[in-house]
Amino acid sequence: MSTETHEDAPKLYAAREPVFPKRVKGKFRQLKWWLMIFTLGVYYITPWIRWDRGPNMPDQAVLIDMANRRFFMFWIEIWPYEFYFVAGLLIMAGLGLFLFTSALGRVWCGFACPQTVWVDLYVQVERWIEGDRNARIRLLNRKWDAYKWRMRLTKWAAWLVIAVLTGGAWVFYFADAPTLLVELFTGQAAFVAYAFIVSLTATTFVFGGFMQEQICTYMCPWPRIQAAMMDEDTMTVSYRDWRGEPRAKLKASLADSSLGDCIDCNACVAVCPVGIDIRDGQQLECITCALCIDACDEMMIKVGRPTGLIAYLTANDEPLERAGEPPRNMWKHLIRPRTIMYVVLLSAVGIGLLVALFVRAEIEVNVAPIRNPDFVVLSDGTIRNDYDIRILNKHGEERQFIVTAETDEHNSEFKVVLQGLEGVVVTAPADDTLIVRVYLLAAPDNHAARRERTGVHIWIEDLKSGDTAHVETLFNGKAP
Amino acid sequence: MARKPEKKKVVETTGHEWDGITELNNPMPRWWLWTFYLTIVWGIGYMILYPAWPLINGATPGLLGYSSRGEVAKDIAAVNAANAPLNDRIISLDLAAIAGDPEVGNYAVSAGAAVFRTFCIQCHGAGAAGSVGYPNLRDDDWLWGGDIEAIYATISHGIRADEDDDTRLSDMPVFGDDYLSPEEIAQAAQFVLSLTGRATDGALARAGVVVFEENCAACHGDDGTGDIYAGAPNLADALWLYGGDLETITETITNSRGGVMPAWSTKGRLNEAQLRQVAVYVHELGGGK
Repeated sequence: MSTETHEDAPKLYAAREPVFPKRVKGKFRQLKWWLMIFTLGVYYITPWIRWDRGPNMPDQAVLIDMANRRFFMFWIEIWPYEFYFVAGLLIMAGLGLFLFTSALGRVWCGFACPQTVWVDLYVQVERWIEGDRNARIRLLNRKWDAYKWRMRLTKWAAWLVIAVLTGGAWVFYFADAPTLLVELFTGQAAFVAYAFIVSLTATTFVFGGFMQEQICTYMCPWPRIQAAMMDEDTMTVSYRDWRGEPRAKLKASLADSSLGDCIDCNACVAVCPVGIDIRDGQQLECITCALCIDACDEMMIKVGRPTGLIAYLTANDEPLERAGEPPRNMWKHLIRPRTIMYVVLLSAVGIGLLVALFVRAEIEVNVAPIRNPDFVVLSDGTIRNDYDIRILNKHGEERQFIVTAETDEHNSEFKVVLQGLEGVVVTAPADDTLIVRVYLLAAPDNHAARRERTGVHIWIEDLKSGDTAHVETLFNGKAP
Repeated sequence: MARKPEKKKVVETTGHEWDGITELNNPMPRWWLWTFYLTIVWGIGYMILYPAWPLINGATPGLLGYSSRGEVAKDIAAVNAANAPLNDRIISLDLAAIAGDPEVGNYAVSAGAAVFRTFCIQCHGAGAAGSVGYPNLRDDDWLWGGDIEAIYATISHGIRADEDDDTRLSDMPVFGDDYLSPEEIAQAAQFVLSLTGRATDGALARAGVVVFEENCAACHGDDGTGDIYAGAPNLADALWLYGGDLETITETITNSRGGVMPAWSTKGRLNEAQLRQVAVYVHELGGGK
């Protein structure tokens, strides 16, 4: 980049330069279409998948049930205290991004980021309504007559429909989708549902239709962070200037063999969704969508020159190629300590989560000893300790549990009494937590009553399945 | 070279230069500037509508009349309104049926805990374990009865509360004044110790039988097990309100004891629903009969 100084006060603000990405065909465009269909398909269809969990449970495959504090994902049900699963998934997503970024640069930005996917969709809609690049530029410069109004209003209406559908689909993840759909139309849905639809509609409409590449350039922190994960082995979209330069129009180029392969057709610039010229080198605006590769290859084939003038390259290969040697094998770049480290970390977290998933129990018990006071002396000298136990019943039906207490210490035993209940059997409701006040009593002649502390296990046993769970706690006695 | 690339991007500098290093100027988008102006407009609007400028006492109130304290008052009113049907049900139910009621049982215990934490822990302690002179409400020994009705009556009318004619009232004489000689007090004290098998002087304890029968048994019973209807403590169990050693017992007989508790139903202290809630809470602490 060249610089120039001037005497006048510099302009600190500039108007946005509108971008009119031209239609392009090619393998990356094809890949992007399929990815768009896949990602939008996942987004729109997921809440409608049903999953039978039994009579008392929701039958939606993926459901974030805020009211009951449950997260359902197919056969997995996550309780609030198991939120580390969600944290683990987020960590895996983060590591996955690191891996892809160190291997392929801003591949997330270019292909999978919702901003990119929706802008791609919005631009395609714009193309259908207003025409391709040149027609859109003409329309921009046209004065506001009936034709321009018709085009603009049609486009905005179509964008708005997409925005409403986008915001509308979001809320289905948080409630039973078919029920909520009916409620939305009959005006019975919760205020928060409408509020989310309105705000997500607004952000989709504004971000997708008007902000577009400015979100990536000015607002998103992720591209700035990504620079830290890229190195000279990262494959990213680049222009082979040693092959393309000096550029010249086709006619001149054909006449003079000392000129480069670039025929300066500007196809790469015309298709760019962020409005840059890849031939200026890597720039912070570039989201590596690879559409310039498609555009350039198409032209190179037309003029009978080898493709790959713009391609995925690494900085390491540049000196090799300049010296006329072939670039190294792609896998030599992809498999390197950095990516191996990310894969190892990713696998470790993934395996950890899987193990945690398979070893977690259907019932659990936690205890909160009441330590104010440490113990209660009853009128016959019996020492009583009070505990609140929390029984987690993850079954889709209510279960009965018998509560017992035992200790390894000799000559120590406890009588179990449950607050407000006869006997020692409690009924825990389906898929819910039950808190029971448990009293452990040690008779005056019992060792536990006279020892300062005695370790004790509180057991629960599912009367139906025989499953047990226990929790360890302490019994405080009255030391002489 | 055939010709220079014609549209190479040119970045201006601000004209500042230090040791040959120039400062590039990549201008911000103009809408960014507009959002900045928008925040200023927003700020002005906020200052007009909401409390903003500090004055010597308070602040400018703002056109909307918003106050965070007012919001809390509104929230409290809303919660009270939402709880009103539950409180009505608590009042309509039998005291004994409240804790087990599926609709209001948990609510009554929680609300009672809130009442307890506000009004009762000053004497009975946060854990309701009491201290010397203030009964432990978790054990199974009750001066005035531990069933829910008795607990409710005690809380409502207080103990030795002048403001309530129905208050719990028992009056142990100051035996050290004129009634008993120090000798007789020592005998009675040893007899009381003997009720729990702890007498240290058998002869005094045997002599104390007569003293106890003539002076104490009327309230505490011949066997010293007390009487919840007279508010006379059980002297034959392991629990002592003021202490069960010889010295403390002697002092108790000599100077008498008389703890007090306010009558919580009077002077607008607690309403009917709160009285019932805190009675249920205390009854559920583990010692309720």
